[in-house]
Amino acid sequence: MYPSRFAYEAPRTLDEAIDLLAQGRGEAKVLAGGQSLVPLLKLRFANPDLLVDINNLPGLDHLAIAADGGVRVGALVRHRDLERATALASAQPVMAAAAPLIADPIVRTRGTLVGSLCHADPQGDWAAAVLAAGGQVVAQGPHGRRSIPVGEFVVGPFQNVLEYDEVAVEATIPAARDRVAGGFLKLERRVGDFATAGTAVALELDGDRVTRAGIALTGVGSRTLDARAAADSLLGRALTAETIARAAELAAEAAQPNSDHRGSAAYKRHVIHTFVTRILTRVTTTTTEHAA
Amino acid sequence: MTLTEPSRALDEIKIGGMGASRKRVEDNRFIRGKGHYIDDVVLPGMLHMEILRSPVAHARIRSIDTSAAWDVPGVRLVLTGEMMATRNLAWMPTLSYDTQAVLATDKVRFQGQEVACVIADDPYIAKDACEAIVVEYEQLPVIVNPTQALAADAPIIRDDKQGQHDNVCFNWEVGDKDGTDRAFAEADVVSRIRMHYPRSHPSPLETCGSVADFDRATGKLTVYMTTQAPHIVRAAVALIAELPEHLIRIVSPDLGGGFGNKVPVYPGYVMSILASILTERPVKWIEDRTSNLISTGFGRDVYLTGEMALRQDGKILGVRMHTDSDHGAFFGDAQPSKFKIGLLHSAFSCYDIPTAHLTARGVYTNKAPGGVAYRCSFRVTEAMFFQERMVQAAAEDLGIDQAEFRRMNFVRDDDFPHRTPFGFLTDSGQYAKCLQVGLDAIDYEGFRREQAEAAKNGRLLGIGISCMTEPLGAGNSREYDILGIKMFDSAELRVHMTGKAILRTGAKTQGQGHETTWAQIVAHELGLPADDIVVEEGDTDTAPFGMGTYASRSTPVAGAAVAMAARKVRAKARKLAAHLLEVSEEDVEWELGRFYVRSAPDRGVTIQECAMAAYSNMPDGLEPGLEANAYYDPPNLTWPFGCYIVTVEVDPVTGVWDVLRVVAVDDCGVRINPMIVEGQIMGGLTEAYAMSSMQFITFDAEGNCIGSNFMDYLLPTAWETPGYELHEVVTPCPHHPIGAKGIGECATVGGPAAFVNAVMDALKGHGVRNVDMPLLPDRVHEALTTRADVSGAPPIRTDS
Ligand SMILES: Cc1cc2nc3c(=O)[nH]c(=O)nc-3n(C[C@H](O)[C@H](O)[C@H](O)COP(=O)(O)OP(=O)(O)OC[C@H]3O[C@@H](n4cnc5c(N)ncnc54)[C@H](O)[C@@H]3O)c2cc1C
Repeated sequence: MYPSRFAYEAPRTLDEAIDLLAQGRGEAKVLAGGQSLVPLLKLRFANPDLLVDINNLPGLDHLAIAADGGVRVGALVRHRDLERATALASAQPVMAAAAPLIADPIVRTRGTLVGSLCHADPQGDWAAAVLAAGGQVVAQGPHGRRSIPVGEFVVGPFQNVLEYDEVAVEATIPAARDRVAGGFLKLERRVGDFATAGTAVALELDGDRVTRAGIALTGVGSRTLDARAAADSLLGRALTAETIARAAELAAEAAQPNSDHRGSAAYKRHVIHTFVTRILTRVTTTTTEHAA
Repeated sequence: MTLTEPSRALDEIKIGGMGASRKRVEDNRFIRGKGHYIDDVVLPGMLHMEILRSPVAHARIRSIDTSAAWDVPGVRLVLTGEMMATRNLAWMPTLSYDTQAVLATDKVRFQGQEVACVIADDPYIAKDACEAIVVEYEQLPVIVNPTQALAADAPIIRDDKQGQHDNVCFNWEVGDKDGTDRAFAEADVVSRIRMHYPRSHPSPLETCGSVADFDRATGKLTVYMTTQAPHIVRAAVALIAELPEHLIRIVSPDLGGGFGNKVPVYPGYVMSILASILTERPVKWIEDRTSNLISTGFGRDVYLTGEMALRQDGKILGVRMHTDSDHGAFFGDAQPSKFKIGLLHSAFSCYDIPTAHLTARGVYTNKAPGGVAYRCSFRVTEAMFFQERMVQAAAEDLGIDQAEFRRMNFVRDDDFPHRTPFGFLTDSGQYAKCLQVGLDAIDYEGFRREQAEAAKNGRLLGIGISCMTEPLGAGNSREYDILGIKMFDSAELRVHMTGKAILRTGAKTQGQGHETTWAQIVAHELGLPADDIVVEEGDTDTAPFGMGTYASRSTPVAGAAVAMAARKVRAKARKLAAHLLEVSEEDVEWELGRFYVRSAPDRGVTIQECAMAAYSNMPDGLEPGLEANAYYDPPNLTWPFGCYIVTVEVDPVTGVWDVLRVVAVDDCGVRINPMIVEGQIMGGLTEAYAMSSMQFITFDAEGNCIGSNFMDYLLPTAWETPGYELHEVVTPCPHHPIGAKGIGECATVGGPAAFVNAVMDALKGHGVRNVDMPLLPDRVHEALTTRADVSGAPPIRTDS
């Protein structure tokens, strides 16, 4: 597998990187962990003229996890850093649950969360987790910084809204007002496989009442899906057998799966239904445990 | 020469002889990164070859324009089918008396077929130039399964063949039709089953490749290539390309796995040879992963239907089988010539069944050719899978416990030699004992109780059994040949004067550990420490002629030749010993590593002393040197037995299943190196687990290969691979010189049915008899919810 010819630059400052991207006029690509881009190069599905390696840029490897659920993930934070961040389990359980399910240990050592968001694979896991948690991508270009909600950032299969001269510098999850709960379930045929179907759920609860809800789906559409109606159906309510069943149904309806070698469309919908039910039921049991 | 201390028989285990779990000597270089694989071969002035492959599955080639490719700087040669045809090399024979395109001339017949190739200064340039070739295709209707192939209005795929008016490539039958019909007429109960054994791929981690080096000055052609059978390749090159055999040298370097994938001759090899002849430079071709998966020898892809005639008390009266096999665009099965569907009729050999009949039909489709024995002895994987799935169905129909039903019908220990329903002759085994060891190990009764208990809480537990004896070690030469060359094997042993030795065989190790075990056989026969023996294979200029390594045949055939060569050396050493001891040969006795005088056991000489004498002190009239050659033509096949038992839990909501335990009981006769045997079993079980749970190559309706990389074609990792509990029973093979039977493939062959039977057992009472492999969660879920079989798997569902 031999990629076509390209130039390679490894700048030392963010401004330099942005300059190089600007000069590339859309024919340049950012190289982060390389776990998606390098395979594309080898298959010649991507044939950029220039690679701008951002691994030497200072100030992009920060991982800040606050007890209130606020999280900042720099563009060079690897999947493995998130997997090993113990504070994540209480701050953002949806992310803590997703981290060990991404790829395999080798890929997790190199790949980045921000790179995964930029790559916008309809079967990627991070976009679903971050979308459910209400996160944003912070991008920097020649004209400064801007924040983009993940729901707007990913626009289609392998498509995001970055300008060609912008670098995504970090992903952020806002602080929560109430108690955070959630989970992530993924059906894979084998470790390291992309999701046949995956579900991310992030909640905030005041007592037993849901005050914020995000449900996002992966593997069941041409991009990461925001199951908004399902999430909204929980707002202001307690998690009961009925509200859980309703949310699961709405999430399954929101799915737009195709039949393929991983499973039939009906089956994938059924899995989404099952996963929403299982995650929400688990949240209620952990809540009771806490209360007891 | 005086002996100060009397020498004594050696401890066999200490010298690394028979039964020693000696560490694999080849691993020393492999784990240090010092292996020498095909891509490590670098020759001065070497060029690089890339192949342009068809993106479509069935199309007429309107035109191929290579002019832009010739213009890429660094390009030395561009080959197309038209140019190959001028040298009569556009087509080549397959191992099954069919023809295969080297480079397409008229049509492309599967996605990934070779259309052109570029030879350039480096592989990047070659790849760039491939992209510059413009091919105009006129698309034709695509056929991806036997049903489509056999339809009345199906387009003819092989319109290149004279007299080919349909897509059938053979009809074949074996067994006793009338006798079987009578058995069915007398049956109390008839059981039926229908299944698809999906297409899988051997996927050695090292893909195929070659470095061809033609020297115009000497006329010598040297080809380094990834082959499991270097001598067959030399013969093929000599016969087909009409090059003189003494000027052809095939070298198979270290192989990164083979599993059957490296038996056939692929177009890439042929093109690299021609390219080297034309450019007078060495030409390297290294296949990439996708090319390996989409174009080289696959395994299986057989639709199986069967019926079993049963007496109410559990006796099996007869079996009918029919297979529809999908061979892709060219009939390229690697198998003995006589048998069109391999040794599929080895099914039911461990059961005492009076009569059976098998009909087999093979078809062409627009899929890659192959039909290699993927870690199995010529389609015995399908045979044993069929057998054990059929047996389970029959036991269920009769309401007899599955273990008991097998026990009732096994060939008894005292009933050997036994003629199988399809006419093979088996020689030994303790089938019921193996099964019992397995049942005890898994605590069969205990699990049944646990299963019933769990069922009360809606949990689905299951236990699956698979037992089989398989035919290994082809041939004997009376019945087994490949393209007319008889299937024997060979060994050549040279003992140097200091008692060190070199052994060469016609086999070719590719992970089996020949360098370790062959030395152990010599150690056992001669008492030389195994560490003093170096083993060399794979170079046709030095190794004796052999048929190569596949179908678990190395230990049964080449391993036997090793023992026979060592025995010839020992016979000569005896003469030298008699000379040294100054007694007649009849008065000399042998114990491990030493000859001694029968009447005075303290007077003896070691084998090393005999070796020295062979070069320094031989008796008058005795030829100097200590070496021997042996060609071994086995009297019969060998028949190892395996019993595999698996327990699983199925999630009734999602259809996901987890393996709880795997117990394997193998009787492969005498074990030369128990550690290597266990490694082979664990590897085989892992492949069995893979095929049953996740692995298949399928095609969409347009003939696009789904499974063209390791994200779609799944190999299990250490993470999901279950743990294995291994047990052994030893019944020596009565006709093999050291009593061995072969083990390389047993678990791959027998394993899949154990996993599937376990899941089916968990689904018992849900109206399901069969779910086709791989048992992906969605298929299990579909069976559970529809209460119907998921059989005869269509090409993948695409409603997008
Ligand atoms: C075997 C394997 C299995 C995998 N399994 C999974 C899985 O189960 N789940 C899953 O979610 N993912 C999986 N992945 C993908 C993996 O998570 C990748 O690491 C991730 O998608 C991309 O991150 P990266 O840092 O490697 O990005 P790269 O490969 O370097 O880049 C990916 C794309 O994003 C762009 N990009 C990257 N960073 C930036 C940035 N800061 N600013 C602007 N653009 C940027 C690049 O230009 C490129 O287009 C798998 C990958 C492999 C190889």
